[in-house]
Amino acid sequence: MASKVKVATCSLAGCFGCHMSFLDIDERLLDLLELIEFDRSPINDIKTIEGIVDFGFVEGGLCNAENVHLLKHFREHCRVLVSVGECAITGGIPSMRNHHTLKECLYETYIRGVGVENAHIPDDAELPLLLDKVYPLHAVVRVDHYLPGCPPSADAFWHFLTELIAGRDPNLPLQLLRYD
Amino acid sequence: MSQAVTTQAQESVQQILQKHPRDAGELLQILVAVQHAYHWVSEEAVGLIAEHLRVTRAHIRGLVGFYSFLSDSFLGDYVIYLSDNITDRMLGNKEIGKYLCSRLGVKLGRVRSDGRVSVHFTSCTGMCDQGPAALVNGRPVTRLSRERADRMVDLIMARTPVSDWPPELFLVEDNFRRSDVLFRRAFEPGAALKSALLRGGDETLKAIQFEEAVDPASGIAWKRGADETLKELYRSDLRGRGGAGFKAALKWEACRDTPAPERYVVCNADEGEPGTFKDRVMLSSYADMVFEGMTLCGYVVGSSQGILYIRQEYWYLKAHLEAVLARRREAGLLGRNLLGTGHAFDIAIHWGAGAYICGMESAMIESIEGRRGKPRKRWPLPVVAGVEKRPTVVNNVETFAAVAMVALKGGAWFAGHGTMHSTGTKLFCVSGDCERPGIYEYPFGVSAREILRDCGGLDAQAVQVSGPSGTTITQQEFDRALAYEDLTTVGTFMIFGPKRDMFEVVQNFTHFFQHESCGLCTPCRVGTSLLANLVDRVAAGKGSPLDLEEVQRISHLMKTTAHCGLGQSAPNHLVDSLAKFRGDWDKRMMVGGFEPAFDLDASLEEARQLTGRDDDAAHL
Repeated sequence: MASKVKVATCSLAGCFGCHMSFLDIDERLLDLLELIEFDRSPINDIKTIEGIVDFGFVEGGLCNAENVHLLKHFREHCRVLVSVGECAITGGIPSMRNHHTLKECLYETYIRGVGVENAHIPDDAELPLLLDKVYPLHAVVRVDHYLPGCPPSADAFWHFLTELIAGRDPNLPLQLLRYD
Repeated sequence: MSQAVTTQAQESVQQILQKHPRDAGELLQILVAVQHAYHWVSEEAVGLIAEHLRVTRAHIRGLVGFYSFLSDSFLGDYVIYLSDNITDRMLGNKEIGKYLCSRLGVKLGRVRSDGRVSVHFTSCTGMCDQGPAALVNGRPVTRLSRERADRMVDLIMARTPVSDWPPELFLVEDNFRRSDVLFRRAFEPGAALKSALLRGGDETLKAIQFEEAVDPASGIAWKRGADETLKELYRSDLRGRGGAGFKAALKWEACRDTPAPERYVVCNADEGEPGTFKDRVMLSSYADMVFEGMTLCGYVVGSSQGILYIRQEYWYLKAHLEAVLARRREAGLLGRNLLGTGHAFDIAIHWGAGAYICGMESAMIESIEGRRGKPRKRWPLPVVAGVEKRPTVVNNVETFAAVAMVALKGGAWFAGHGTMHSTGTKLFCVSGDCERPGIYEYPFGVSAREILRDCGGLDAQAVQVSGPSGTTITQQEFDRALAYEDLTTVGTFMIFGPKRDMFEVVQNFTHFFQHESCGLCTPCRVGTSLLANLVDRVAAGKGSPLDLEEVQRISHLMKTTAHCGLGQSAPNHLVDSLAKFRGDWDKRMMVGGFEPAFDLDASLEEARQLTGRDDDAAHL
């Protein structure tokens, strides 16, 4: 049997909804595991990719410095990088803060917010710094494929992955791109 | 600050409204008049117009937002638009713009705080042979220099009304450098119309006086004259000069044969293709020929109403054109009783308000009917359902002028010039790097090299044929023929000398299309913006091979899926440039992989300031 395809996944500024939807492929997950092997992923809690994996699936946009580091790590270690879901592709819900300055956002949350005590903006070096705006993935690295949806349906994930594994361009059929 | 003090004989909105019938189709014409009187369309004016025409305020605001020369905020007593075609740029319009802004103490695109003046850039104003050019309160100033800019500034500082500015500032030259068979001799008003009418009489009739030949009692002669004129048009094999090259006679016959109570004849004088200015020269010096061509069309297809749709940039020709029309009415060449035959034909002028898309015939018809200039569905064609859903012939200014000569001298004579599939002669608008820019008339089939030789531009590295939507040709291609058989052209001929950076040309054109896309279809609306972004990325030294692949991919997508010719042809220049002038791209390309679209470290600056951090993790 040919060696399994290696897949890594991560979630940046997203809600993990895409990962949850992926798990909705249900019992097909067992068929999938015959074909793929997970590298770094929240599914197995491996934190870094060693060597090169075949496919990287990234959920969520970029809102802070840590997101940028992790995305670059994925780009360097994934042969094919897929931008998954609304937030990764457009910035999504988190990018609604782009209508305001970062200062306005942080003041609203940590200074002027209702019930805030000891008001100050968190400045611990452990915390990743926030970017001025939320950006889509392709603004920072080259992206090979986009898997749209909020979230992409389980069937969309299944179709997309199986096409990729089969070595084809994963074009989603129309019914998997309809959201109404 | 709501009133433009420089406008003479300030008309109230009510006065303007009273001049126009209560017809929603008049909306654009009313807005143009209001904009000229007040230098903006205020909410108050919107309300009055909405009430008068019984249309919604949203509809009116929709038009104000669509057309470049309409504005929903006051633009100042003096409104300066600098033409921003690549030929203007090559002549230093950016420096002039900066100089004007600094001398006037105004920021580009903003009104000075005292409401005196604002300075803007606009798409090509059709003065490419005498740039850099500008429009000041609708009047063209050509050959802008620091000295001329100084004079403008002084006049504005002294609050001198534009109507009192020295006329030499507004001098516009024809620069008609070479004429061939169509424009060699002065055109005698009425001559072509009389020839057409005479075709209705037999040999005996021709021998007697003209007035007797077209006896109003005899409808037969009238009808026969129209049929014979159409036959001459078929013999001439005249193809439309607007670019597509559709046979005029076929179009006219289709219009004539579509049953309808009324038909329209529309003359397309919206020449918005950057680098094109022949319509300006035609309408300045050969207006009779154009109007006579339209009248002949009315005669042949059975229409009594002609419409000249002319771009806002040529507003300064208004008085002249109206005078020519009035003179023709007096001479019986227009009006209710054409040459005493009892038949009617008249011409109304419709003004555009700054929209390249309105050169596209169905968008123009929408604009004529007082809406945003958005192309209609391809079918039915205007010859079947055009203005007010009536059969409509839309031809270009130059086509109608050629029609007049066909009627006068016959189709065979006309077909004797040019090439097999491109009969007659063509006007070329020569601009850019050459000694003698201007209008040149040649028989179709002339080579680019011959034009370059005549205008003194043989050392060129490239010529943009037919404008940004046309073809970029290199030195190796200068022997190609300008005709429908080879290089199709509307006549635009922009020359780029050996030292020009062809990437700057691309950047100018790409932004032009981004601005002018009407927004109707996604491939064009989004595609033109994506292309402009990608080109800017390359300009900023951040372009990667992937970006060029993306340019090719989007170009292909637009060419194959855009709704109309604008989107389909907008990427032409990019594809040409990438194939032929790759060097000017490559020197800007980033070496290696992929560069983020923004400065990563700078994007953390705000957070650094808010938290006071400057540790390693606070940088990217």
